Amino acid sequence: MTDIVDKTTTAPAPQPGYVPPTFGEGPEDTHIWQRVPYNAADYGPVTDFATDFDHADPNYNRNAPEVWKELRDGGCPVAHSDRYGGMWIPITHDAVNEVAYDTENFTSRAVVVSVGRPGDLALPAPIGGAPPITSDPPFHNMARRLLLPAFAPKMIEPWEPEIKLLCNRLLDEIGEITPGETIIDAAVQYAQNIPVNVIGRMLGFPAQDEELFRKFVHDVIERITEEPGTREGMDDLGNYIMAQIQDHRDNPRDDLTSYLMNVEIEGFPVTDEIAGGMIILLLIAGIDTTWSAIGSSLWHLAQHPEDHRRLLDDPEVMTFALEEFLRAYAPVTMARMVAKDVDFHGCPMKKDDWVLLPFPAANRDPLKFEGPDDFIVDREENRHAAFGLGIHRCLGSNLARLELKVAIEEFIKRFPSFELAGDTRWSVGQIRGPRELPIRILEVAN
Amino acid sequence: MRVHLDSEKCQGHNRCYALAPELFDVDDYGQAVLLVDGDVPDELQAKARLAASNCPEYAIKITENG
Repeated sequence: MTDIVDKTTTAPAPQPGYVPPTFGEGPEDTHIWQRVPYNAADYGPVTDFATDFDHADPNYNRNAPEVWKELRDGGCPVAHSDRYGGMWIPITHDAVNEVAYDTENFTSRAVVVSVGRPGDLALPAPIGGAPPITSDPPFHNMARRLLLPAFAPKMIEPWEPEIKLLCNRLLDEIGEITPGETIIDAAVQYAQNIPVNVIGRMLGFPAQDEELFRKFVHDVIERITEEPGTREGMDDLGNYIMAQIQDHRDNPRDDLTSYLMNVEIEGFPVTDEIAGGMIILLLIAGIDTTWSAIGSSLWHLAQHPEDHRRLLDDPEVMTFALEEFLRAYAPVTMARMVAKDVDFHGCPMKKDDWVLLPFPAANRDPLKFEGPDDFIVDREENRHAAFGLGIHRCLGSNLARLELKVAIEEFIKRFPSFELAGDTRWSVGQIRGPRELPIRILEVAN
Repeated sequence: MRVHLDSEKCQGHNRCYALAPELFDVDDYGQAVLLVDGDVPDELQAKARLAASNCPEYAIKITENG
């Protein structure tokens, strides 16, 4: 059998009372993180994405659709880079799909490409540090089934009125607006505040910690070229989650964190380490992803009044428009690590190489989508992969969809006309979306 | 027309449930459940095609009675 499957028999092996550190330094000569031989400063800006791909290049997220098109037109279905200790980037839908489905050759043990690979102290495959996103079969399914019911459509639908209230409160808080003059930051004043509030409430975390959650996301997702040990937020995140777990043990309540304190896997209570990892996943994965999707959608509408008008005149078209926003502006690129040396369509992939899975690039593959670079507000056939493909389909997709739909609907109702008012600042790394989005409000609804 | 759901391929994207709730339900884990057994009524055939053509995992197939 394969390495991956062999490890399932020995993991997890929690010793009673022993809680290894989630992040940071362990005993001497052991490491949560293994530094890869890569210094961003030695490389500089990317000049050729086919051979020197870097998703942390400051120009990548701004121009990503053009980068993918160039790679495809240049006959490069899989790009490569020596950065991060070695990284492969399939661009076509077929190649992305193939890697996503091949859990034997590609492990999910680490899903954020950075200068740190999981070290010998990190939870091994098939569990990983934030199950089930960092898990491989067969553990993956056990962990996933614990969380799936909380995010199934019928559990998420009742959140709609709450999200509507939240969006309207944020719009109210923008304050006095003079149409044609007032410029707001739709990312900072609106989009970034929506998912963080909802997931914080689902987990039962204090509302005043929202700013901290965004900092955790920034530390984990964007600071990928910095030494893991110097990213103080990584330790802070682990400590914060452990404190929340303790608080929920002392004061159980009706929320996801308390729920995870009382569940079992195969008849054994989940350890704090595994529950903490799941909470880290829920907290981190649901924030900048949806915030990015909301921001990108508003960025699009600010430049396409015809789509904006159509949504106002024909609200039913949102069923299709929502999926088209997700297709054209999919925020999430996932990652895998090569589990063992493998030849992938002529690419000599080595064990521990990174593989980026740019679902947003797959969504613009002309072999799968007609006019892939056109935004068609009522596109009827749309098998987009914004939420991934295969067993790791985004657990929170129903929540994300609902947040995105309500956030767009309430914004365009309040502001029937708006336009871009300056430079958009895009995120860095695997989650693509506007971090600053200046918009001039041209009309306010009565 | 008949509609077929391959539960092994379904990953719970829930697109079919959103587009054709008369034909598809979802269980507590978000996995699709087919509600019709046998022929799809005429008035639901367009929805069946829509659900099939929006499944990212190609888990839904349509066959025409011949």
